[in-house]
Amino acid sequence: MHDLTPITALGGTAPRIDSFDGLEIRECPDWALASVAARLGRGEALVAAAQAGFGLDLPQVGKSAASGALTAFWTGPEQWFIEAPFASHEDLAAQLVSALGQTASVTEQSDGWVRFDLEGSGCHRVLERLCNADVERMAGGDVTRTRLEHLGCFLICRASGAHFSVLGPRSAAGSLHHALVTMAVSAL
Amino acid sequence: MSDAQINRLTGGAIDRSQSLKFSFDGKTYTGHPGDTLASALLANGVRLMGRSFKYHRPRGVLSAGSEEPNALVELRSGARQEPNTRATTAELFDGLEAQSQNRFPSLKFDLMAINDRFSNFLTAGFYYKTFMWPAAFWEKLYEPVIRKAAGLGSLSLEEDPDVYDKGFLHCDLLIIGSGPAGLAAALTAGRAGARVILADEDFALGGRLNAERFALGDQSGAEWAAQVRAELGSLPNARILTRTTVLGAFDHGIYSAVERVSDHLPVPPEGKPRQILWRIYTKRSLLCAGAIERPIAFENNDRPGIMLAGAMRAYANRWAVTPAQRVAVFTNNDDGHRSAQDLLAKGVEVAAVIDTRTDAPRLADCDVLAGAQVINSKGRLGLTSIRVRLADGSERRIDCGALGVSGGWNPNVHLTCHQRGRPQWDASFSAFVPGADGPKGLGVAGAANGDFSTAAALRTGHAQAAVLLGELGLKAPEIALPQAEDAQVNLSPFWHVKHGKGRAWLDQQNDVTVKDVTLAHQENFRSVEHLKRYTTLGMATDQGKTSNVGGLAIMAELAGKSIPEVGTTIFRPPYTPVALGAFGGRARGKNFHPVRETPSHKWAVEQGAVFVETGNWLRAQWFLRAGESHWRESVDREVLAVRSSVGVCDVTTLGKIDIQGSDAATFLNRVYANAFAKLAVGKTRYGLMLREDGIAMDDGTTARLSEHHFVMTTTTANAVGVYQHLEFVRQCLFPDLDVQLISTTEAWAQYAVAGPNSRALLQKIVDPEFDISNEGFEFMACREITICGGLRARLFRISFSGELAFEIAVPTRYGDALIRRIMEAGAEFGVTPYGTEALGVMRIEKGHAAGNELNGTTTALNLGMGRMVSKKKDSIGSTLSEREGLNTPDALMLVGLKPLDSAAPITAGAHLMSKGTPKDAAHDQGYVTSAAYSPILNSSIGLALLKRGGERMGETLTLTTPLTGADVDVEVVAPQFVDPKGDRLRA
Repeated sequence: MHDLTPITALGGTAPRIDSFDGLEIRECPDWALASVAARLGRGEALVAAAQAGFGLDLPQVGKSAASGALTAFWTGPEQWFIEAPFASHEDLAAQLVSALGQTASVTEQSDGWVRFDLEGSGCHRVLERLCNADVERMAGGDVTRTRLEHLGCFLICRASGAHFSVLGPRSAAGSLHHALVTMAVSAL
Repeated sequence: MSDAQINRLTGGAIDRSQSLKFSFDGKTYTGHPGDTLASALLANGVRLMGRSFKYHRPRGVLSAGSEEPNALVELRSGARQEPNTRATTAELFDGLEAQSQNRFPSLKFDLMAINDRFSNFLTAGFYYKTFMWPAAFWEKLYEPVIRKAAGLGSLSLEEDPDVYDKGFLHCDLLIIGSGPAGLAAALTAGRAGARVILADEDFALGGRLNAERFALGDQSGAEWAAQVRAELGSLPNARILTRTTVLGAFDHGIYSAVERVSDHLPVPPEGKPRQILWRIYTKRSLLCAGAIERPIAFENNDRPGIMLAGAMRAYANRWAVTPAQRVAVFTNNDDGHRSAQDLLAKGVEVAAVIDTRTDAPRLADCDVLAGAQVINSKGRLGLTSIRVRLADGSERRIDCGALGVSGGWNPNVHLTCHQRGRPQWDASFSAFVPGADGPKGLGVAGAANGDFSTAAALRTGHAQAAVLLGELGLKAPEIALPQAEDAQVNLSPFWHVKHGKGRAWLDQQNDVTVKDVTLAHQENFRSVEHLKRYTTLGMATDQGKTSNVGGLAIMAELAGKSIPEVGTTIFRPPYTPVALGAFGGRARGKNFHPVRETPSHKWAVEQGAVFVETGNWLRAQWFLRAGESHWRESVDREVLAVRSSVGVCDVTTLGKIDIQGSDAATFLNRVYANAFAKLAVGKTRYGLMLREDGIAMDDGTTARLSEHHFVMTTTTANAVGVYQHLEFVRQCLFPDLDVQLISTTEAWAQYAVAGPNSRALLQKIVDPEFDISNEGFEFMACREITICGGLRARLFRISFSGELAFEIAVPTRYGDALIRRIMEAGAEFGVTPYGTEALGVMRIEKGHAAGNELNGTTTALNLGMGRMVSKKKDSIGSTLSEREGLNTPDALMLVGLKPLDSAAPITAGAHLMSKGTPKDAAHDQGYVTSAAYSPILNSSIGLALLKRGGERMGETLTLTTPLTGADVDVEVVAPQFVDPKGDRLRA
């Protein structure tokens, strides 16, 4: 076991939490992430391998699907991101490689992204001032790629109207967090 | 303080239980909640509110809405001072401060009013004719003088202390305007379950319902509006945006709107925006923007107190205000008589209704002068009397303090024309109505469509909403619309009084008169767009909302055409002026763009790093140590430390692209100019990438981690561009290759550990089962390893500095811990963090090309890497790099430069001249791309692109910088200043 202590994207030893009237914004470092892209002509084989290996139905455009500890969401034609709890899946990419074999190219993405969760009744009012996604119409499990604070992000609806995840580039976590908090102050 | 609201009437939608103090030009007045600045000033007997743009003529309020051309003030003070604010839309709040504009020294006594005496010289186009000679005087003298004399409000020149938000809304139906048509439509859509947004620029819903005395069923218009608002407010699918102006109709159902969230407050609450700029995505939209009344031009028709008749009754009905106790009305239609009726009902004396029609009806209980015209007016700072020519040709003076003028109403067609739609002329009421070529999905109802009566507005609002909902597959419910007046428009077109030699004003904001239009016509500026530019009719903050049609009518008369033949100018967004802050939103100052921080950022801050922005990244430029007073001291120290022992630098910002697939090697072989297909697993290679046109695009190293897995690095600046290029190549050029790409730039924290002691340092960190000796891990090796007892990492033996060096990468969350560990482990070697400056010095010492050399004009040949472009294979840019023009004998070649006098500086950007030749472009030999002071060589050194550079080693050239006049003699040397054979990096 190595002895290096991680820090969060915002530079803390513990995740940052900001509370507002009707909204909590949480930095969520406890998620491992890996990208999965089908090898040429192996899309169906990949879908089958994910089903066989994890019971995971790789979802269609704009959707996510979960099975056990894994959640997959669509990121492009025959491409997905898979997320899983970091504590149990720090080696998520390796686990996926062993299950999916030559059907897919797998790349570790855990620290390429920062995840902020917005939870509470104020989600819509804050997000409508941040991105052009039609958040009111997003159902639990819906995913879209959108732009927040000039940054390309994934917006995942965990529970309609009440819980969203924003995945943005980790290096810009400070700017993204600033935007989220500023708009929470502004809109709530 | 004046507490006398001498012109306040009874009734009105104002809250008399509260008084609000405000000041205008330093004088304090009172008003009530519900007032606008204009209504409160009128209540206090103030008619004079501004001076005109060009002639500084005294002006008062013309309208009661956002179309106002005259009553523009500077609102608030200090940094919040806002010029050109319409007094007619500024909601009164306690403590409001307003100043009149464009006058000196005061509004009542304005010295610049002298311009009015020179009006014969200041006609349309005067500056085109008058200030032609000498040409140089225009910019230096004429324009500044004219700008000082003319112009409206002034800027505070301080930073705007308020914040502005941007936001995005989505709906099925956007309803623009909340008069009777908009409310009927919103009710229909709301009850149908559609997602509906109802936007109105006013703070109250109802539009003209708030300004009229008409009953809707057994309610007043305002009561019905309030009832509808309450119902809409209870629907989860309806959203009401008050104080919100829809500014423009854009492509694909996108509308922009500005919501004035805090303009009615003295100061926005902390952290809250002053305004929000909304982008509204809607499936359908319905324009219910009503109509704007138009004046009739006559001599001296611009005195304070002369206003639109509909505005006059709006002030009386909604704000319980009259501009004067004795008024008159001048009209060509029945609606003007309503104003007289309403003012009479409020107890105001109406001296007469002057109706241009000989068959004028007698609707109001006052003197009606049929077939009469107002031919002149009097009153220096406010109307005192009008002169009327009666039907029999006799003239009569009528004393009055205000005159309401009605020339009919123009449907508010603007948004239907934002995509180049052209309005159509409706002869039945002599006005333009929306054409059939408006934005897709936009319907029009109510007065905006020429359905002027309240009943017609309600009816068409409901019907149009039903049509639009039907297109979306929604069934509109029947709704019980209240009984309302259904009067027909009864109007006889009348544009201007042909009497007298004085000036009759068309566009009061721009001081354009009937004569100016005549002059434009006479001088052949007859196209409506030329008319606008030549006279300025319809320009500036009001965009001619009250004046355009009048100008067109006169042009039509002169040209012997009909008004529709003359046509309108193009309507463009925004509908009303918008604060620039709203367009900027939150993206200003340090939030102008997002900032990217490296994994070692927190640590670097602790170390006293001085940062530089490279793209959005903040990179440590150098690390300031105690006692260092000049950046060169820090940089020299860092360079010497690396070259003598070991240094560490965060190189995370370099782009990293994960490339996988069974054809990944083939893909790279096509992307890079040099060979990659046979790169061994566990090896890294330098690669040069060309653009399709043969120019160098980017360079970097690519490591082969396994048979089908590569990691490419790019320059920091080109990380995104290269990734896009690779995706284009993958998806469009070679879709048959099995290759997958994804950026991993920020997933890995990567540090360069460089210097003779770098291996010794890393051996303390890398887990012992990994051999990193020169034999076990030779130059250009790469490997996935573990460190510090098991953390997965990647190690590359690559060198930018020219020293024995490694780059080590770990998952980003461990980057902070790793840099601290490296510093700890390296303490015995005096490990020194170095920044981008030292990095730059060392790469120049080593002759490595970087962004300065890969500048979008250079080829591999220019960079001294011509032979890298492999001809044993095809690659992107390979063929076009063979173009003759890129391969001339005198092509620029990368060389090194050393000054003959080692104390002399080499300046980047300086040009090279042969000794003894003239220093001009014709004799230019090349230019310096990079320069630095080398603490190893104790000399300034440079890299340059020199004609025939490869053949000129040892030649002395003169470096010249015409800007500073400096001349330095330099010797041409090989670009590798340090360790040219590369022994150190292979050690």
